[in-house]
Amino acid sequence: MKPAIVTTRRQRSTPPAPVSSFPYHPGSLLSVLDLTVDGVSQLLIRATELENEDPIGRDHILAKRRIALLFYESSTRTRTSFELACKALGADTTLVSSLSSSIEKGESVKDTGLTLRALGAEAIILRHNSSGAAWLLEESTRLPVINAGDGMHEHPTQALLDLRTILTHLRPGLVGVAPDTLAGVTVMITGDILHSRVARSNMQLLPRVGARVLLCGPKELLPEQAARSGPGIEIERDFDAALAQSQAVMMLRIQAERLAGLQLDLDEYKANYQLTGQRLAAHAPAAVVLHPGPIIRGMEITAGVADGVQSAILEQVTNGLAIRMAVMERALTAENGGRA
Amino acid sequence: MTTLAICGGRLVDPAAGVDAAKDILLKDGRVAEIAGPGKLKNMEGAEVLDATGLVVAPGLIDIHVHLREPGQAYKETIATGTAAAAAGGFTSVAAMPNTTPVNDSPEITRWMQAPERGASVRVFPIAAATRGSKGETINDYAALKSAGAVAVTDDGRPILKDGMMRETLAAAARVGLTVIQHAEDTRMTQGASMNLGPVSFKLGLRGMPPEAESSMVERDIRLVAELRESHPHLHVAHTSTAAALAAVRQARRNGLRVTCEVAPHHFLLTEEHVGLYNTHAKMNPPLRSAADRDSMIEGILDGVVDAIATDHAPHAMHEKEIEFELAPNGITGLETALGLCLRWLHSEWKIPLGRVLSLLSAQPAALLGLKGRGTLAVGSFGDVVVFDRTAEWIYRATESKSKAKNTPFDGWEMLGKVRWTVSEGRVVHASA
Repeated sequence: MKPAIVTTRRQRSTPPAPVSSFPYHPGSLLSVLDLTVDGVSQLLIRATELENEDPIGRDHILAKRRIALLFYESSTRTRTSFELACKALGADTTLVSSLSSSIEKGESVKDTGLTLRALGAEAIILRHNSSGAAWLLEESTRLPVINAGDGMHEHPTQALLDLRTILTHLRPGLVGVAPDTLAGVTVMITGDILHSRVARSNMQLLPRVGARVLLCGPKELLPEQAARSGPGIEIERDFDAALAQSQAVMMLRIQAERLAGLQLDLDEYKANYQLTGQRLAAHAPAAVVLHPGPIIRGMEITAGVADGVQSAILEQVTNGLAIRMAVMERALTAENGGRA
Repeated sequence: MTTLAICGGRLVDPAAGVDAAKDILLKDGRVAEIAGPGKLKNMEGAEVLDATGLVVAPGLIDIHVHLREPGQAYKETIATGTAAAAAGGFTSVAAMPNTTPVNDSPEITRWMQAPERGASVRVFPIAAATRGSKGETINDYAALKSAGAVAVTDDGRPILKDGMMRETLAAAARVGLTVIQHAEDTRMTQGASMNLGPVSFKLGLRGMPPEAESSMVERDIRLVAELRESHPHLHVAHTSTAAALAAVRQARRNGLRVTCEVAPHHFLLTEEHVGLYNTHAKMNPPLRSAADRDSMIEGILDGVVDAIATDHAPHAMHEKEIEFELAPNGITGLETALGLCLRWLHSEWKIPLGRVLSLLSAQPAALLGLKGRGTLAVGSFGDVVVFDRTAEWIYRATESKSKAKNTPFDGWEMLGKVRWTVSEGRVVHASA
């Protein structure tokens, strides 16, 4: 064995890294990192309480409060779920989407946000195709901004609803969380990690409640630096080996819209990474299967697995409604919002 | 023309090997006399600047600025850009050709230097290497040189094709012009907006690998070696990676004429300064890893870096207040360079004052062959900066003389305040 080469370099003082002033508003949820573990726990507890509350009573919590949904990308689950969550609490919502608004005429994120604020919006839920757009909108408007997905970056409410789903299956009866709640649990995330905001939010959130995150996928979609982007994150390229270690299995869609010229052999991908009934039975017969949707049946997951007994895909969707009620209540009422 | 005497100061002129208490007399735009304190002979009728307690040095020279004229006056004009230069102690700036239209002709080169532009300090145009900077047809370097161009480059757009770069180096060598390369293999940086690494992954941004820079520098050096007989001069703009700097160091050991510059943001900041999508930390080449940043400091200390250049790149406010991936590259730099260099290179990292000033004047002048600049020897141009080397102050972008305010250094502590800037014998900037 070669001896390690140690280079001693004179320690030099250099300008410090900048201190973030985000989020400007305590009700904002831009990143899962905006929340302390206790803040996450409070949201989960409130989600359960709100879900169980009488719809007529719940209706007064945000009665007539104005919430704008600003969507630069298409969405089924997230948009509908946020809209229903707002309405369940009595809020008025309005939807602005890039294709039927002045965004088409070249209006900037800043001006669109300021216009919505001038119209009385008290919070904005933003879905945008560019990473970091939620930060830009919050800085421009100083309103509570809820990040409903920014480019390849984050999708914090998705991670929270995924956590709720995992808890239901692996820690039944437990509502809140602590730093060791998922100790001993491995959650694997498979597929297009590089382009996935769902993966990034889960990678940052799950280790903070004790889980180990195991990433799986080919190099083109899962670069080595992913493992260095936070604690508790590891890479296992062998799909079957990763399955064998996991209690929760999260599959991701290949994001054709973000591949940017990347050539991928889809048949080879399927052969190596498709979640089939056979594989699941052989390596992870008790694991809970998650997918943030939209699912492409026959691509990353077979129809049999998607509809099978281990699948929690539709539970995730239902959990989204509860989580988003709690997030919107926090946005418009919380004093410090469980900020990190 | 008026006569100007700068008296009572400490003259630091590294090119002339002077660091002593001297008075200096400027006449007809040139240095007419240098003498011990109170000993100037031809002071009659001279306006006197009292430089007691101040450093008197050759005016600073920035060989990499974007003045945006012609064509993008909403970002900056030659008048406002050079006003910012004067405020920062610069008396010469070399202006990049990525204007609208691209400066690829003697006409535009002359237009940029015309008195009507209202420049406060001397502007040296750098012309486009190829027609429209499209990398296809070589420009007429002899004509550009006689119109005043001091180098050629397709800055912002690297010359990718080997054959075209070889031809450029050879043609420039024939007329004695430097070729400046923005080293970036754009095939590796499609859609990328910051350095490739754990930070770009975490932020969900596509990254530019360091190899995109270093592989281009290595390719260019191979071409310079092939053309060794014709003595081409390759200058690597805004070097940002350890590997590129290592390639330059090796090329020099091999006796090739390869020089490089480093920008203050590349020896001070890292990819961490992108923070949460701060577009004022977006530039090309991007802020790199801490290891790369440390290599820039090493390179300045060990001498492989030939010049500090700011890559002053003004943009209008609204252009930077957009999505990070869509925002244009670049930051301003003319007013912060001296304050940062003194605060960090000199005060923190202990580089002697004369060496710091040399990197900002004598060496860039020599690099581009700017005769009579970068020194205050008798007969040189009367380009002078007078500054208080001990003054600590805070930079405020809102007070900038530039049209643009896009800087990551807003609110930063600076060391050394410019008191007067004198361009060819005229005071072009004065502050209390």
